Amino acid sequence: MPSAAPGVSLDDPGGTDSDGAESVALPPEMFGAPLTFSRGQLVVHPDPAGYLAVMGAIYSDGYRMAVDLCGVDRLLAPAADLPDGVAPGRFEVVVNVVSIDDRRRLRVRVQLPAEAPRLPSLFALYPGTEAMEREVYDFFGIVFGDHPDLSRILMPDDWEGHPLRKDYSLGRIPVQFKGTPPPR
Amino acid sequence: MTDLALEASATLGGLGALRNPDAVLRIPHLPEEVESVPTDDETMIVNMGPQHPSTHGVLRVMLELQGETVLRAKPVIGYLHTGMEKTAEDLTYIQGATNVTRMDYLAPLFNELVFSMATEKLLGVEVPPRATWIRMLMCELNRISSHSLWMATNGMDLGALSMMIYGIRERESVLAFFEKVTGLRMNHNYIRPGGVAADLPAGWRDDVLRIIDAYPARLADYDTLLTGQPIWHQRTEGVGFITAEECIALGVTGPILRSTGVPWDLRRDSPYLAYDQVTFDVITGSYGDSFDRYAIRLNEIRESLGIVRQILEKMPTGDYRVQDKKVTPPPRGRIDESMEALIHHFKIFTEGFKVPEGEVYVAVESPRGELGCYLVSDGTSKPYRLHIRAPSFVNLQALPHMMAGGLIADGVAVISTLDPVMGEVDR
Repeated sequence: MPSAAPGVSLDDPGGTDSDGAESVALPPEMFGAPLTFSRGQLVVHPDPAGYLAVMGAIYSDGYRMAVDLCGVDRLLAPAADLPDGVAPGRFEVVVNVVSIDDRRRLRVRVQLPAEAPRLPSLFALYPGTEAMEREVYDFFGIVFGDHPDLSRILMPDDWEGHPLRKDYSLGRIPVQFKGTPPPR
Repeated sequence: MTDLALEASATLGGLGALRNPDAVLRIPHLPEEVESVPTDDETMIVNMGPQHPSTHGVLRVMLELQGETVLRAKPVIGYLHTGMEKTAEDLTYIQGATNVTRMDYLAPLFNELVFSMATEKLLGVEVPPRATWIRMLMCELNRISSHSLWMATNGMDLGALSMMIYGIRERESVLAFFEKVTGLRMNHNYIRPGGVAADLPAGWRDDVLRIIDAYPARLADYDTLLTGQPIWHQRTEGVGFITAEECIALGVTGPILRSTGVPWDLRRDSPYLAYDQVTFDVITGSYGDSFDRYAIRLNEIRESLGIVRQILEKMPTGDYRVQDKKVTPPPRGRIDESMEALIHHFKIFTEGFKVPEGEVYVAVESPRGELGCYLVSDGTSKPYRLHIRAPSFVNLQALPHMMAGGLIADGVAVISTLDPVMGEVDR
């Protein structure tokens, strides 16, 4: 029988034991940023200025793998589940990190303004976020400073706009193919 | 390896290379821009793909070559991008499974599973035991079919053409069972929020037994065909080498991470469904090369067969979907006799059910690694944002580091043992 010690992991990906997790005594802060619980999962809310410092503290704490980094456009539904002192922004960058040694998970949510959303890149800390940051740039237009190669990754290079933004109009842009000959 | 290759891997490989931006070939991939990039006479840049039989779909790799040696590489993706994450925002939670199932088309049930589990977590719904065990049965069979097809294509890429026929035969036997249960060979839309679409058909036990009884002897044949073969060893041993530290830094999961000796398997390390009630081994390698990745997938088929056998013994009786009227439509029989049931049915399939506000990240172990789903709900019946953390997308970042310093012919072995599914990479 595999020896997963019960209770080691605060996160429970499949279960529905959020009731149990609510009863765990929760410090108001972790790594110098406000902490909340979302369905039994730990979420840290740094501000953009302190993002890199908080990620560095998280890395030093043993979370050595950044499994996921994605963006959310909160234009139509501003985040309502933020702790006191964290102002909702138009964009959100969500990072999921894992500590393999002690089977812990943590999520980081950063609020970004509508005008010129910008964050430092995690490339130096977690090289694996390179493609994910390119994807967020491609889909949301969020710029990551010091990224080695911030270019479009899934959309064509000459695409205009950032399609996962909520104000990106659907179905009105003709399909763009590179090098299509003009109509006769 | 040649001296040149050793030198290249010393300067370009290793953990330091991960954080060196120049370790990956970074040139624009539009042809008119490439010509302006100065290159010296010793190296040349060759384009592999996007239409290449060994790239398994539409993967394009730009290779910087010095003779036969790959110095740097750059995977170029996006050729199969269809905006599925955007589409998901326009589909209700009931329709959502039909969308995500098309991402990793070799392991569609895992996509449905992770989407359903994320939705259920937001809803706070607990699925009945039989639904959980049916999900486990289908997912483990899907892992067998996915790894079988991988063995087929991997054999084909490395010149063991007979393996291709055998692997596809094994996959076909599992897909025939899927067709009987779900109605479709692929893209099943079988695992749905709240349970599964239908109960297992009569005689399912015999069908599953027929698959898992026939498989071990055939696996032994494939073992003889490939594992013991000197050519196979020479093509795979020491090829596409990667270390555990590199994997963790790059976020690489699944068989590639386990091939480096890290026993990280979400089925064991954060058990979902009922994986804590079955016994299985987490297979790990020690060298992190292509041969280890081959051996791990071969043995994971054996472990999955063992899990399926345990599921057959432990399959509970009961409901196959949750009896929560908010999520589950009324049974077909009720619709004929009750107007309210008809309205209820109509409402669920047109409007869908509302999911409470919140955000959640759920991860499962797909055949390719950690398959995650980040789901944000704004309280309506459609996801506000659905993000799928596709294991192939992240694993593909290891490709330049695994190819650096190797021969161009070994690049095919590396791409093959990386096992990217482009539908999932590009989404």
